[in-house]
Amino acid sequence: MLALALERVAYTANGQRIIDDLSAEFTAGERSVILGANGAGKSVLLRLCHGLLQPTSGTIRWNSGGSGKPRDAMVFQRPVMLRRSVLHNLTYALALAGVPWRERKARARTALAKAGLEALAKRSARVLSGGEQQRLALARAWALEPTVLFLDEPTANLDPVATREVEAIIQAIHSAGTKVIMTTHNLGQARRLGDEILFIARGRLIERAPADVFFRAPASVDAAAFLRGELP
Amino acid sequence: MSEAIVRALGLLAAFDRTLLEIAGLSLRVSLSAVLIAALLGLPLGAAIAVGRFPGRQAAIVVLNAFMGLPPVVVGLIVYLALSRAGPLGPLGILFTPRAMVIAQALLIVPIVAALTRQIVEDAWREHREQLVSLGASAGRAALSLLWDTRFSLTTVVLAGFGRASAEVGAVMIVGGNIDGVTRVMTTAIALETSKGDLPLALALGLVLITLVMLLNASAYFIAEAARRRYG
Ligand SMILES: Nc1ncnc2c1ncn2[C@@H]1O[C@H](COP(=O)(O)OP(=O)(O)O)[C@@H](O)[C@H]1O
Ligand SMILES: [Mg+2]
Repeated sequence: MLALALERVAYTANGQRIIDDLSAEFTAGERSVILGANGAGKSVLLRLCHGLLQPTSGTIRWNSGGSGKPRDAMVFQRPVMLRRSVLHNLTYALALAGVPWRERKARARTALAKAGLEALAKRSARVLSGGEQQRLALARAWALEPTVLFLDEPTANLDPVATREVEAIIQAIHSAGTKVIMTTHNLGQARRLGDEILFIARGRLIERAPADVFFRAPASVDAAAFLRGELP
Repeated sequence: MSEAIVRALGLLAAFDRTLLEIAGLSLRVSLSAVLIAALLGLPLGAAIAVGRFPGRQAAIVVLNAFMGLPPVVVGLIVYLALSRAGPLGPLGILFTPRAMVIAQALLIVPIVAALTRQIVEDAWREHREQLVSLGASAGRAALSLLWDTRFSLTTVVLAGFGRASAEVGAVMIVGGNIDGVTRVMTTAIALETSKGDLPLALALGLVLITLVMLLNASAYFIAEAARRRYG
């Protein structure tokens, strides 16, 4: 049984507490949406979980029930692609993940098909539209078959159509059995994709609740204000 | 003057043998130098861009400063190293094209490395989180980014070649401008001009300018085509 446990995690930069004494545990299954205003610390929290940043204090532990750290992948707010074809961006990621080269192309093509990008396989990745690049980033993460997928505001720079396409892929990744942990400041998206909501403000976990409960009756003043559109 | 130009064009049109020999040696020396400089400078620049080690900032400052090394000083250093009493004296390659290759390579390694460092570091800033997230080691990231910036780096290598082939001081000192052995375009121009043989000097000058123009044009068009195709 997967578990990712944060215990009293703090992250300080330039004397500023960006994540403050945050404890939380994530288990397999439901989609966890980390909700909060701009600057609340969502991106930093996700980077800490993914291992791109080290906590100043506190611990982050993975538990997969024996067989080492489970594979986790991350999709960033702004997709970054290498100057090579769509297909080769995927096979590159698979190579770094240690997938034998005989299997890489087939796995990459499967992931592209799932993201609706197979027609673009030979195109250069960096000339794709923003929405296509973000779908490619999702396909790249999916191809790695992660146990946990972190997504940091994956639709923040996209128009409504591209947003729906990206949300559909996230939904499919969840349905295929990957644990989804994503951030957003968008209430509509949190409603559409969240099974549970972790509301954070000023680097602290203010409230955690099943999505229907959170949106019906937020327990904290901060969350209630955020839901009314009064940004703190 | 106009007579000199006409005779210069005559030499070019007739594929004058001396002229061809000199231009050919120039190309051989500078191509060898730029090949060596690329083999050393590209990995060096990428390593400094991606690596985190003590003295990194000092290395960057030194590299940037060495971009402006005066060629005559490089020539002097190579001369001292290769002269009979010098540490590399036993090689016996002073006043040979090899010595000229060494001098030109030394001159442009800092240029290639410093510009590569800048370009790869910019790319690293953009790609770092994604590459680390995918599990790339620093070495792997450096190689991937060298490939990712290959079109900008082509321009860097061409700039290095341009600088090597246009340089006089260093090859004059270590080559000696020996007729038929170490005489290249720039040293020949200097010599023929001082002797008053303007047609040959002018003809060589035209070849040199054409070469520089061709290099710049190809650098420009490579970069443009790459931008259109790869974004
Ligand atoms: N590397 C950093 N150094 C200093 N401050 C940072 C750094 N990264 C983020 N911050 C600050 O931390 C706070 C939270 O940032 P972030 O996690 O990006 O917020 P969110 O993703 O919720 O909008 C912001 O005030 C931001 O300015
Ligand atoms: Mg953010």
